[in-house]
Amino acid sequence: MKTGELSRRGFLASGAGLFVFVRAEATPYYQEPGRLPGRGAYPTDLNAYLRIGGDGRVTGFAGKVELGQGATTALAQLLADELDVPYDSVDMVLADTDLCPYDMGTFGSMCIRNFGPALRAAAAEARAVLLQMASERLQAPAERLQVKAGVITDPSQAKHVSYGELVQGKRIERHIEKVAVKAPAALRLVGQPLRRKDGAAKVTGKAKYSGDMILPGMLHARILRPPAHGAKFISVDTSPAEKAGARVVREGEMIAILHEHRDVADRALGLLKPQFQPAPPGPDDKTIFEHLLKTGPQPQVVAQGGNLAEGEKLASSVVEQTYWNSYVAHAPMETHTATASIEGGKVTVWASTQAPFSVRQAVAQALGLQPDNVRVIASYVGGGFGGKSAAEQAVEAARLAKATGKPVQVVWDRAEEFLYDTFRPAAVVQIRAGLTSTGEIGFWDFKVYGAGDREAGTFYDVPHHRALSSGNWMGGNPAGMHPFAIGPWRAPSVNTNSYARESHMDVLAAKARIDPLEFRLNHLKDPRMLRVLEAAAKQFGWKPAPAPSKRGVAIVCGIYSGTYVATAAEVAVDRSTGHVQVKRMVTAMDQGLTVNQDGARQQMEGCLTMGLGYALTEEVRFKNGEVLDRNFDTYELPRFSWLPKIETILIDNPGTPASGGGEPPIITVGAVIAGAIYDATGARLLQLPMTPARVKAAMA
Amino acid sequence: MQRTISFTLNGKPARVTVDDERMLLWVLRSDLGLTGTKFGCGAALCGACTVIVDKQAVRSCSIPVKDVAGKQVLTIEGLSQEGRLHPIQEAFLKHHAFQCGYCTPGMVLNAYALLLRTPRPTHDEIIRHMDDNLCRCGAQMRIVEAIQEASAGMRGGSR
Repeated sequence: MKTGELSRRGFLASGAGLFVFVRAEATPYYQEPGRLPGRGAYPTDLNAYLRIGGDGRVTGFAGKVELGQGATTALAQLLADELDVPYDSVDMVLADTDLCPYDMGTFGSMCIRNFGPALRAAAAEARAVLLQMASERLQAPAERLQVKAGVITDPSQAKHVSYGELVQGKRIERHIEKVAVKAPAALRLVGQPLRRKDGAAKVTGKAKYSGDMILPGMLHARILRPPAHGAKFISVDTSPAEKAGARVVREGEMIAILHEHRDVADRALGLLKPQFQPAPPGPDDKTIFEHLLKTGPQPQVVAQGGNLAEGEKLASSVVEQTYWNSYVAHAPMETHTATASIEGGKVTVWASTQAPFSVRQAVAQALGLQPDNVRVIASYVGGGFGGKSAAEQAVEAARLAKATGKPVQVVWDRAEEFLYDTFRPAAVVQIRAGLTSTGEIGFWDFKVYGAGDREAGTFYDVPHHRALSSGNWMGGNPAGMHPFAIGPWRAPSVNTNSYARESHMDVLAAKARIDPLEFRLNHLKDPRMLRVLEAAAKQFGWKPAPAPSKRGVAIVCGIYSGTYVATAAEVAVDRSTGHVQVKRMVTAMDQGLTVNQDGARQQMEGCLTMGLGYALTEEVRFKNGEVLDRNFDTYELPRFSWLPKIETILIDNPGTPASGGGEPPIITVGAVIAGAIYDATGARLLQLPMTPARVKAAMA
Repeated sequence: MQRTISFTLNGKPARVTVDDERMLLWVLRSDLGLTGTKFGCGAALCGACTVIVDKQAVRSCSIPVKDVAGKQVLTIEGLSQEGRLHPIQEAFLKHHAFQCGYCTPGMVLNAYALLLRTPRPTHDEIIRHMDDNLCRCGAQMRIVEAIQEASAGMRGGSR
């Protein structure tokens, strides 16, 4: 998807938004390809965020998407707490570009961290305005009034008035500047493990995803795809599809097969024998690492301190190692899906996307419309993980709806999902580090190719250090560096960089014959990092010993977007097959303020479970632009039988602003399993995923 | 071949006149409008499309509609009755045994098939039975807990 210039009109997308002022503060820029800092500021008008009905029910509006991460629930909690209304009286409307305030997209663990403060500020202001209105209505000074469950009471007159009575479903026209939000100690709902708002819809099958919009007269479209990236279309005889009852539409370069039934369109597409010129020769999954080193741009300094040459003098031994990881797919259970309908010049697209406002822009551009005439709704999305930041399927559905004059649904099949996924980049990390005679790190020189620069710099206390990075997951890479699209994958850059850094820490600790936890603690001062490491170690029952201790245990730590995590794990390695079973994982996380204890734990468990995949099996096989993995028979996702015993520890830290927890724990999984395999066997795994074949090879 | 197929769908008689080689998944979703049954892989590899046919969990993406003629088909829409959730649904809800929810109907129905056959499954039996249903969000741990709780609170697949 082209992430073009976003319209200023986006800021006016509040449900009632007439009085919209663009807030000057910028949201972080680093999450999306092609985005500029400062884009996506949230509106100041509180009506953009909430509406209070005559019956007192509160509707909250957020441009965020419910991907399963629990945003609906946590945002409702924040809103209810700040406004002083019951949690059950809040309904959330998410990701509808006609109703919700503009949002850049749902990624980077930013729902609570960035949108949370804007929503809270609106709720705090609404509460202050309501108090002012009640004070006039009850003829009592505001200080004397008490608020509980959406009812404002004057105890001395025993009179009360409800929010619903004051507002009666109308806009709140008053504005009060700079109302403070509640202090952490005054929050009652925040921190509670409240029931998810989306649960009932999901366990009953009533939750409507983009492909569940079945519109009258709707056609299902299958699009003719090339067999490989770089293959050029020559010709196709589409008559077999037409004979099978399907409709064929040529729309620009797109050839689509449409039918009222999806499976008939599938079959009709399968009858075609298109001619393609094969893709030019390119790298494959084995030669890609050499290719990245050759084609990557000049490495740039990410962080440095001291002087590496001085560091070399301090070192009594030097350890140099290269780490590799492959391309990894997002593989959400719901493939890219969109349903588009055009009525009276207005396009509505239900799209499985993490960025509905960008999709609105892309659809408007493709159809030559003003963004106002495009409404994008992403009500429920069946998993994203960064892979649904791009949403080309929405543009395809809209173009075909325009071409056919009928509603059109596009649901990529699993092979299309693999072909057009924006993979986590393959990467190479070279680390050279020196140990002093007393077991300290004298210098640390880190170079990463492909993954990106986030968390490439080390947080360990090292006098002389440098981190260099070549190429980035965000894009801007030299043409041909990657043979297909790459993009953000849950905790972009940081899975790779943490795997390499923590693996090398283990290598150094083993070399120094120091317990890996002690070795880390010797190089750390940050109290938050010390706290997560100590919490994980304590819960795990960590017993110090230099690796390899034959126990199959490891402990690692990391930072993602200001959130601290540490994971201890135990593995069993089958020496005859190379199969690794992770038996136990204990993760401690400090994300500052936690809005929903249970939601945060769900994310931690999800990260650890999903992380088993990139650690143990997931790699995209490809050759000359052709993606060889097309379904879950060869591309292996984590399963029930892989489950370790998972224990999660949330550090209680409500005084620190929320830094987000949707991604951080996943960054520890690669290194902790690699470390535990080393501890069990003495074999160091230098390449992810750590497949049985690689484990056997490393043990040989 | 175009033909009329009759079967019982969520306890009620159903009849569709379709090409009988079409897969049950698409007949359910697009002909009958029952969208709780999800498309995930199209090759019986992920379990998102799981439905119950004569008390067995079946991958609806890979079973032609002619194979359910005369049979009892249960989809997620038929599991809760008169607004009351099935105990398995209650347990999924209580344990938050889902995230994005896309695999959830298949997970719930596969668990239902397990408890019909094995009302008190061991932990290992749950893992074995559920192993071919994929969840990308990583809710597996809670799904196991939910099935254990549902099993303790009910007899077989009944209420």
